[in-house]
Amino acid sequence: MIVLRGVVKKYGSFEAVKGIDLEITKGELFGFLGPNGAGKTTTMRMIAGILAPTAGTIEIGGVNLLRDPMGAKAKMGFIPDRPFVYDKLTGAEFLRFTAALYGEDGPDLESRIDELLTLFELDRWKHELTESYSHGMRQKLIISSALVHRPEVIVVDEPMIGLDPKSARLLRELFRRFVDRGGTVLMSTHTLEIVEGWCDRIGIIRQGELVACGTLEELRQGSSAQGAGIEELFLRLTGEHVDHDLDAILG
Amino acid sequence: MPSLAEEARSKQPGFATLTSPKWRSALARFRRRPGDAPRGRGLLLGLAAGLFFAAAFYIAYRTVSYFKAVPEIGTLLAGKLLGMAFLSFISILLLSNLVSSLSTFFLAKDLDMLVAAPLDWGRFYLAKLGETVIHSSWMVALLAVPLLAAYSVVWGGGWLFPIVAIGALLPLFIIPGVIGSAVTMLLVNVFPARRARDLLGLVTIVAVGALVVALRLLRPEQLARPEGFQSLVDFIAVLRTPSSALLPSEWASSMLMNWLTHVGDPLPIALLWSTAGAFIVIGASIHRRLYVSGYARAQEGAEEFVRGARWDGIARRLLRGMSPIRREFILKDVRLFFRDSTQWSQLILLGVLVMVYLFNIRALPLFTGEQVPIFLVTLIVFLNQGLAGFVIAAVAARFIFPSVSLEGRLLWLLRSSPLDPGTMLRSKYLVGVLPLLILALGLTITTNTLLRADTFMMFVSVGTVLGYTLAIGGLALGIGTLYPQFDSENAAQIPTSFGGLVFMLLAVALLAVVIMIEAVPVIQHLRAVQNHTGGGPDALGWCLLGVVAALCGGAGVIPLNLARQRLLQLEA
Repeated sequence: MIVLRGVVKKYGSFEAVKGIDLEITKGELFGFLGPNGAGKTTTMRMIAGILAPTAGTIEIGGVNLLRDPMGAKAKMGFIPDRPFVYDKLTGAEFLRFTAALYGEDGPDLESRIDELLTLFELDRWKHELTESYSHGMRQKLIISSALVHRPEVIVVDEPMIGLDPKSARLLRELFRRFVDRGGTVLMSTHTLEIVEGWCDRIGIIRQGELVACGTLEELRQGSSAQGAGIEELFLRLTGEHVDHDLDAILG
Repeated sequence: MPSLAEEARSKQPGFATLTSPKWRSALARFRRRPGDAPRGRGLLLGLAAGLFFAAAFYIAYRTVSYFKAVPEIGTLLAGKLLGMAFLSFISILLLSNLVSSLSTFFLAKDLDMLVAAPLDWGRFYLAKLGETVIHSSWMVALLAVPLLAAYSVVWGGGWLFPIVAIGALLPLFIIPGVIGSAVTMLLVNVFPARRARDLLGLVTIVAVGALVVALRLLRPEQLARPEGFQSLVDFIAVLRTPSSALLPSEWASSMLMNWLTHVGDPLPIALLWSTAGAFIVIGASIHRRLYVSGYARAQEGAEEFVRGARWDGIARRLLRGMSPIRREFILKDVRLFFRDSTQWSQLILLGVLVMVYLFNIRALPLFTGEQVPIFLVTLIVFLNQGLAGFVIAAVAARFIFPSVSLEGRLLWLLRSSPLDPGTMLRSKYLVGVLPLLILALGLTITTNTLLRADTFMMFVSVGTVLGYTLAIGGLALGIGTLYPQFDSENAAQIPTSFGGLVFMLLAVALLAVVIMIEAVPVIQHLRAVQNHTGGGPDALGWCLLGVVAALCGGAGVIPLNLARQRLLQLEA
């Protein structure tokens, strides 16, 4: 469903992503992990069609994103890490606008908007400007906007920021149901418990390279860390160590 | 051993440290980095600024020299002129400080960090006041340079004059800053900050409009023509109208004129600086009492109600035949415009300027006395077309140019969806160009009717304005996309960027070329009228009108195509 072959992204002489190859199949919830600045968001934004890769190809649902961007994007819903919306539109107007970007229209759309707003408990604020929404409400609105056109693939960068426990649980069930029905989710996050509890497979990126990919058990075996917790495994795979003199820092 | 709280109290950061994020960011913008825009951009900006300063200095120098040469009352006149200039500076500063203090004291992004820090309230006030004053006054300070340079050159102010000028201007900038921030402080304690911003924006626009109308109705040019007055007493009376011993602008102009005319009077300096000092003390005590409650209120409610819901159905029916994406894009842009008071309130100012424009055309002494030759009337109709073109370019710079830049924060949505950038550009073109076309045609037909233009001139004017407006819409949108300001959230600031300058230069160049080409058929028409031979221009004349149409078509379509290509490659 999502295929990356030799994807490179350079900013001047700096190589942010160094030839990633990845294949995420239909019905899979894939977690993307990595330390800050490893190239996760750059990769996610290339898959979403916001950044153009310097080299390599990306396919979404069998459609080449570079050759047919409109066709590939039509299959996808993207949830960014920062919930920017039009402050002077109401929640319903924002969803109507987003649906129109995907060519959705007609009476069915209104019931779809109501359905999504009710699901995320935003129906009470349907006709209020989004500038009065909290961070979490905006995040839920953006998640609704990614679902409004019934995509085949969801690409989501840090989905949990600002969400309350109830909404987080709802999102988990939603994503699970989505992949069970044949959809594909690519999710980037720093919350290791989410990766552990939600994802079918995990990819770990470090300094622009995919250093490990597989199920949690495969990763443990691959790094000779049987029985290790996800945090330990992550630190081992990314080469991160907490060896600072914290007492000295805290005074 | 001192506690943490005592230590924080004793080690307060200085003004330079508190304001360092602002001035360091400003410095970083000027520094060139590898991969930055080519040096030509800086050169072009420098050239434009140099030309502006040279022109402003020349006009100021000629005016001040003229006033100084008037026997007996020359110095008085020049002093009054300076006082009037300073009075208008204070008025502008008062308004701009009102609006910018709302941002710096209540809405800025660094406030959470500063308010949470153990920062002394006095230092906080001075840092934010300094930021407000600099933000509001830098442009006025730049405008003052050519004016004061002209005074210095005409009177021989000497090398110390710049220091004296700074000494006079600094309190002149501080006083409106303190008043503006104090009024804002009071307002925010009554209204939530965002509502107060709407209110202030509206008040500012109305006040600026009133100022423009007042200046126009006062006819300051009469000052230069004493013979127009019934008696010298009347003239002197007019000279004295704006003066008041209580206005800081008068003190500042007296201080500078005293220096230039070698009069040793310390009173204006003492008045200026003691007033500025007293104002800071009063402002600080208001800040101490009201800031905490005002800041807490500023965190509350944004605007929740929705304007224009009942128009929605009508607009939706009107746009029924369009594709969903184009319809929703148009509706979205219209909603965002009319729900943002900083945007729609600009229409009030535009309305005032159009009124002044029409008033000026009507005031032309063409049909009040002797018969004016047809040549002159036609010439004015023709030149009026150029002036209208300039107004259209300025309006397009303000309303159409920022259109794509304003999508900055939502680029993630536009780029990740299957949206054809061409569809977006066409929707934005429609939203921008239709109102501009109504304004342009309304202005041209009204002024031509006032000027009693004949049928041919009416045809040429209307045709030209139609073609030029359609071209300018494409040019503004195209150049605005090629030089975007995605980080800017203030639509009014976007046209002041380098791209805005490029657009205005191209728009004026197009206007100049169109007028030059059309001069041929217009002259042919005039000859025919004067010789009573009838008929319009010959084949060459009509061909040239066709060239103008083609030129306008190209000027509109090419930038839009380039903009589409740019959007396809855009990375957010």
